[in-house]
Amino acid sequence: MRNGVLLSVRDLHTWFEMRRLGFFHVGYVRAVDGVSFDLRRGECLAIVGESGCGKSTLIRTILALETPSKGEVIFENRLVSGIEPRHIKWYRSQVGYVQQDPYAALPPFMTIRQILDEPLRINGIPSKREREWRIKQALTEMKLTPVEDFLHKFPHMLSGGQQQRVVLARARILNPKLLVADEPISMLDASVRVEVLQLLRRTQEELDLAAIYVTHDLSTVRHFSERIFVMYGAQVVEQATTSELLEHPSHPYTQALLDAIAEPDAENARRMRVVPAGDPPSLLRPPPGCRFFERCPHAMEGLCENEEPPDFVLSRFHRVKCWLYQDEKVLSADERAEKEIS
Amino acid sequence: MSSLRRYFKQLIGYPTAILGLLLIFILIGVAAYTIVTIPYERAIDLWRGHEESWVENPRNARPKWVNYFREGQLPETLVMSTQDPEATKLEQDLDGIRLVTSTLSFDYHYDDFPSEIILFFTSSAEEQRPFVVTTWILPDGRRLETEAQALASEQRVYLSLDNRVRRALGQTPAETGLFSDQDGELLKGTYQLEIQGYLFEDSSDFDAKLVVYGKVHGWAGTDHMRRDLMVALMWGAPLALAFGLLAALGSTIATFIISAIGAWYGGWVDALIQRITEVNLILPVMPVLIMVGTLYSRSIWTMLGMVILLSIFGGGIKTYRSVFLQIKTAPYMDAARAYGASNMRLIFRYVIPRMIPVLIPSFITSIPSFVFLEASLALLGLGDPTLPTWGKLLQDAFSNGAIFKGHYYWVLEPAVLLMITGLSFAMVGFALDRIFNPRLRGL
Amino acid sequence: MLRVEDLVVHYRTRAGTVQAVDGVSFSLGKGRTLAVLGESGCGKSSLGRGLLRLLPRNVKTYSGSIFIGDLDTMALGNHRYRRDVRWQRLALVPQAAMNTLNPVLKVGYQVAEPLLVHRQVNHKSEAFKKVSGLFSLLGLSSDFLNRYAFELSGGMRQRVAIAMALIADPDVVILDEPTSALDLLTQANIMNVLKQIKKDMGMTFIFITHDVGTASELADDVAVMYAGEIVELARAGDFYTNPRHPYSEKLMASVPTLREEKELQFIAGQPPSLINPPVGCRFAARCHKRLPQCAEQEPPMVNVDRGSQVKCWLYQQSDALIGGGENEERRSSFGA
Repeated sequence: MRNGVLLSVRDLHTWFEMRRLGFFHVGYVRAVDGVSFDLRRGECLAIVGESGCGKSTLIRTILALETPSKGEVIFENRLVSGIEPRHIKWYRSQVGYVQQDPYAALPPFMTIRQILDEPLRINGIPSKREREWRIKQALTEMKLTPVEDFLHKFPHMLSGGQQQRVVLARARILNPKLLVADEPISMLDASVRVEVLQLLRRTQEELDLAAIYVTHDLSTVRHFSERIFVMYGAQVVEQATTSELLEHPSHPYTQALLDAIAEPDAENARRMRVVPAGDPPSLLRPPPGCRFFERCPHAMEGLCENEEPPDFVLSRFHRVKCWLYQDEKVLSADERAEKEIS
Repeated sequence: MSSLRRYFKQLIGYPTAILGLLLIFILIGVAAYTIVTIPYERAIDLWRGHEESWVENPRNARPKWVNYFREGQLPETLVMSTQDPEATKLEQDLDGIRLVTSTLSFDYHYDDFPSEIILFFTSSAEEQRPFVVTTWILPDGRRLETEAQALASEQRVYLSLDNRVRRALGQTPAETGLFSDQDGELLKGTYQLEIQGYLFEDSSDFDAKLVVYGKVHGWAGTDHMRRDLMVALMWGAPLALAFGLLAALGSTIATFIISAIGAWYGGWVDALIQRITEVNLILPVMPVLIMVGTLYSRSIWTMLGMVILLSIFGGGIKTYRSVFLQIKTAPYMDAARAYGASNMRLIFRYVIPRMIPVLIPSFITSIPSFVFLEASLALLGLGDPTLPTWGKLLQDAFSNGAIFKGHYYWVLEPAVLLMITGLSFAMVGFALDRIFNPRLRGL
Repeated sequence: MLRVEDLVVHYRTRAGTVQAVDGVSFSLGKGRTLAVLGESGCGKSSLGRGLLRLLPRNVKTYSGSIFIGDLDTMALGNHRYRRDVRWQRLALVPQAAMNTLNPVLKVGYQVAEPLLVHRQVNHKSEAFKKVSGLFSLLGLSSDFLNRYAFELSGGMRQRVAIAMALIADPDVVILDEPTSALDLLTQANIMNVLKQIKKDMGMTFIFITHDVGTASELADDVAVMYAGEIVELARAGDFYTNPRHPYSEKLMASVPTLREEKELQFIAGQPPSLINPPVGCRFAARCHKRLPQCAEQEPPMVNVDRGSQVKCWLYQQSDALIGGGENEERRSSFGA
């Protein structure tokens, strides 16, 4: 592996074709419009953004559930994007997927045992004893004990938190190297979220997994990841280490997100929040310049609305896609190639 | 499989479903029993209505059990033959001509007149046919002689058409006149028929059979061709069930496959299928079937095929497609793909088990609609002419004016059976629907 | 303004009787906002709907008193209730309200509908004028009057739903998870709108949510619900700095915060089933401060300092009891 990089995403674009009546081509929904990064084992990356920003499509492309229109996804030096399904079977056992809705992620007509058995059977573990052992192991790790109680139950008999733990058990049962979690706790109750988040963190640490954690809730990222990407309008508008981002949010959108977070404090009721009005841009007809232009309090007429800003480098690991920092260095193509993140 | 047991337990919780299941069970039982006791070939033969099979049945007779509800007892059919042990036979020799006198007697204690009286003669002779004179003897002693006749090897004598009888009775029809006293009232008692046969050859012989046709017959009555309706009612069960089941099965499976293809591939395939469906939904089914039946063939297989074909691209496609799309985009499908499930596996292990609870209730509720469809086609005269189905019975009844003539049983019996069939499947189907569709449970 | 006494809502189901709301009492002063905090399955949605007498077919018990001003609405028959109280004195913005807009009617008409139904106006144009005014208050331009629901974004639809609740000038508006399905920025926008309405119209709100942080944006008073009961009732200032009930403590501790470093805690186990609630305190099984009597006897609601109430044996002092005939006068109320 080059420099120990496990996953490499290069200039990824995923566009969906829009047709009317099934026949007439209308345009493309540009769900992911130019994302690149590298990820090593043991690294945790958080991708933050609101609905419609393309984060779900991004990880589905990484999981090879969608085919990119441009760019590549490379895992352990092998290309995995745009390959026929049967040729990337090896990749499937290397990635674990945790989804947002725990109930919908589990087939309602299968028992927990069957649910956990499926990935094992598909990935060719013939010995029944070994599968049984692995299933019990996975459940125990997720603190779903006593194991016998859960094996024969159906998903609807479990609480939301328990269901999500089954999903996590299923994601790690094949000893993957990469864990992808799409809003894993947003549909859970407040008191249960912490437990699942901790289990996620433990899984990632124990198995030394590379992890991508997608969320719209910035307040949880501190507990889970070292790097953050902020996505807006199908692009990464700011990326930095977690502490750097939270201390020096640079992109106006990031600043708006941080300002909008309501933490438990009775004083909140006495003041209005400063929030940009408006809605995220259409991904079908994205604006020609900066996509945050319409809502940005610091928008510069003429520049921001016509030209898309490149990635400006603020520090070693901190980049912003915003004309406010046009005096900073721009990320050149060479540097992009040998970009390393610790 | 344990889920099957779960579903069954839930089904039992609905009293209507229990009733429905019971009725279906009975129907299947009747169907099975019928197929065994009256095999298919025989049934078709019987139903063709060759006179020989039904000759001893009265026409348009009501079912036997109506007598339980009446004050006056309607007569049953009485058959007396010279071959019976009770029949007397006397032989006399008259100068080489043998005179054989047979007397048939019977007791008549019913409260109504018979519907027909027919004498059946069979005779054997080489050249000279035997000659026969019959005398009708009433309980009060009066005698009525018929005309003398020469006998063919098989001959029927309709006493109501006999000239001497008609002259004697005047306006009164034979069935009434031969059974009433001087005042025209029904006369109960022992009646006798004296048959005097003149045989001209040594080897010639004759036999006579008197059939006094009643007004009730069997458990279901008879139709205009003297056919016992029970045969058709019983055979209607397996035919209705078979048609309904095959049509429902065929159309459900075909609809399922086509909507699956559309939903899976999306794009223009899906769009095409939807457009075809929409056009087909507007097409009226009945007129198309009528056209096919009139211009091409009325065989039950053709009709079955056409019915299935027309219902494939029906509303079911839209329903199944929406369920398919839900399943296809369900997160657990994504998750399965993510851990490497192949398309085959996805279809058989994930989609189909999820689809079956949706398919089953609509499958079951569609069975009665096909049964009724077949009956409607038969009623319009497009049913298979050889098969004794309930619809055919209704068609016969209507074309013979059953309602005008008061033969209500002819219409009611098949109608009630159709209703019971429809109701039983519908009840089970609705209960299943509530089980598989929890949102309907509150209703 | 609003006083609820011993509200009980039980449902009949195949599995048994769900005791969704089991004796809830509180008071709410005019112009104040009460936040009802609780997780899924605690009965807070049933509480919201029960206050408006929006009951499903399988309701088994519905009792208690709901006083709006001096009027005990429970005493009214269904017909009078519908005519005089529902929507005109009490209104509801239901959960995921933005998805409950009728797709085939223009949103302007839908918002005007309560006025037309309750005949508060003489003419349709009057109704639409009022709708227009309300829309601009909520930050929606008046061309939205003629749009359909699918043409609007989630945030706009939520504002329409809020307008629908406000249109008949109710005394109290109940909001059930008004922002949970929305994006962070849209959420903040809607909260701003609600704050504006609270300030300009002096509206009284009941804000039902599971989000402790968002609740603090609007709350003057906080009620914490657990397993069908209110376990703590306090002013927002007190609650957020010093939650008293062990459940409230744990709830606060489980909220991740950006600005302060804190050790997140979670509560092991699950809330009890509402079908057969346990004997004694319903939180006893998961409580980290459990006393021996907690599992046997249900604690009464007691007053603690500064007008808060807690349902917990830890705070039991015999002369601070609430409820029961002789202690009526001791019932604390919030600025009523």
